[in-house]
Amino acid sequence: MSTTLSSSDLDAPERRMYWAIADSLTIVRRDLTHMFKQPSIIAWQLGFPIVSVLLFVYVFGSAMDVGEGDYKTYALPGMFAMTMAFGFMNTAMGVTIDKDRGVTDRFRSMPMAPSAVVTGRGVSDTLHASVDLAVLASIALVIGWRSNGGLLATLAAFGLLLLLRFALIWVGVFLGLLMPNQEAAGNLFAVAFPFGMVSSVFTPPSMMPDWLGAIAMWNPVSSTANAIRDLFGNPVVTGGSWIEQNALLMAVVWPIVITAVFFPLAVRKFQNLSR
Amino acid sequence: MVSEYSVLAEGLRKHYGDKQALNGFNLAVPRGTVYGLLGPNGAGKTTAVRILSTLIRSDGGSAWVGGFNVAAQPRKVRRRIGLTGQSAAVDEILTARQNLRMFGRLFHLAPKEVKRRAEELLEQFSLMEAADKQAKTFSGGMRRRLDLASSMILAPEVLFLDEPTTGLDPRGRSEVWASVRALAAMGTTVLLTTHYLDEADKLSDRIAVIDQGRNIVDDTPAGLKRVIGADRVEVVLVDAADIPAVVKAVARVAGDTEPDVDADELRVHAPVTDRVAALAEVTRTLLDEGIDAQDVGLRRPTLDEVFLHLTGGSTVTPTTPALSKEELVA
Repeated sequence: MSTTLSSSDLDAPERRMYWAIADSLTIVRRDLTHMFKQPSIIAWQLGFPIVSVLLFVYVFGSAMDVGEGDYKTYALPGMFAMTMAFGFMNTAMGVTIDKDRGVTDRFRSMPMAPSAVVTGRGVSDTLHASVDLAVLASIALVIGWRSNGGLLATLAAFGLLLLLRFALIWVGVFLGLLMPNQEAAGNLFAVAFPFGMVSSVFTPPSMMPDWLGAIAMWNPVSSTANAIRDLFGNPVVTGGSWIEQNALLMAVVWPIVITAVFFPLAVRKFQNLSR
Repeated sequence: MVSEYSVLAEGLRKHYGDKQALNGFNLAVPRGTVYGLLGPNGAGKTTAVRILSTLIRSDGGSAWVGGFNVAAQPRKVRRRIGLTGQSAAVDEILTARQNLRMFGRLFHLAPKEVKRRAEELLEQFSLMEAADKQAKTFSGGMRRRLDLASSMILAPEVLFLDEPTTGLDPRGRSEVWASVRALAAMGTTVLLTTHYLDEADKLSDRIAVIDQGRNIVDDTPAGLKRVIGADRVEVVLVDAADIPAVVKAVARVAGDTEPDVDADELRVHAPVTDRVAALAEVTRTLLDEGIDAQDVGLRRPTLDEVFLHLTGGSTVTPTTPALSKEELVA
């Protein structure tokens, strides 16, 4: 061919780290372009929590009494946690579409850093979640929610939310690789819904039937929700069980456990593509 | 390692559960040729391409692409290949230009090169007008051309095309064929899988017929047709009731050979040696008996027949693919 194309050799060891980062950034750039080209997706993702806020706070709100403070100061931090919990579906959907369309195979047949596909997605999904949180928090401020915690506590609370979302990326990658096609990935909502709702998001587990309350209490979403309520200085309603007393600890432990379980699973699933 | 072969495979084996997808597959693709891998669905074509393009590992045997071992030096191989899989692997949300630039960056071109190469490929694959449109708005043929362009970023030594026209309408198909011919003319070695016989016939310099995980023959398209031998006389009828009479007439001119009958298409055909006399004889019979025909003529054997002959007739693929509804909307 007449054109000569030079391409840096990834095999040189000192260049590997450089290209692993550069390739990840290329993938992040791609995912962010997706976000800007499809603002409707953000609207969709936030649609459910926003409608839930309106429904629970304004429609059922007068009948909702958790015993402490204004219901919306209880429900809104829950909503933040629920949005993070549902986030794994976005990851799964993106992973499934790439696999289904052959984009994943194209990446794997290229001389790029193999880890970049996954790390790129991790970074862009976390950025995406930050945008989600910023929008939700703004809406919450408008309807009267306030953080009474200090600046550091407030930032720590948002950090815990992103930590939960980050841990769930590996669940999303794993499930996304497991799903045969886009339709199946869409059905993951059936998993996400109870995962998000059977928790302390809208109602304190202590007010649920015992068996359901026990499940809700041990749901990682509950730990994050209760921990951030505490950090925001919003009402926390607990039945005094160990898991509820140690929400702050568990809001860190749960994401670590989830990552420890699902990161290897996701990596193995990814490697299995070459079998 | 400099080799006269761009792709070399020796005794490749791969199984999935009980199914032996590849069972001693061999291949030697000379530099700069277009090589067709022809076989029915499930014959192992895709498995072979996925092993050669480093996507999956073989259970046994060895393969070299561009002089490098696919199992031991996958990264070296990846810098020398382009892959166009069964579905057009482009990012549908991004525009054509954004796709090419993204893949250019991932192929580690310098930033200036990334832009220059994208423009070059948009031009080469006639995508300039659609450059800033999202790929999801593209027709099947355009999407496939963008897919091919993405495979060509590094001007690879070997291009793998796995059923590149499956699901395309006739226009998309001819667009892709034109692109493949252009690439081959520039010296790229192309390994093409297809279950469309006319596609292999029109594009390939050589064809390997693969069935049940191993190649059963390896020849030029003309050579393959010689396997079946002589030209054939063929009658396509209007009325199925006339088939027995025409079979008799064709059998008379075909010597010992029993004519082949395709009842669905009302086709009767058989190999003949004395071509013109045979044609005249059959035509006279039709006239005498007042039998109407859609078509009467002489033709070279199609690859269908070669294929049936070689595989023992278990699988029939029409020469001109009949598009299903699904394929038409795709």
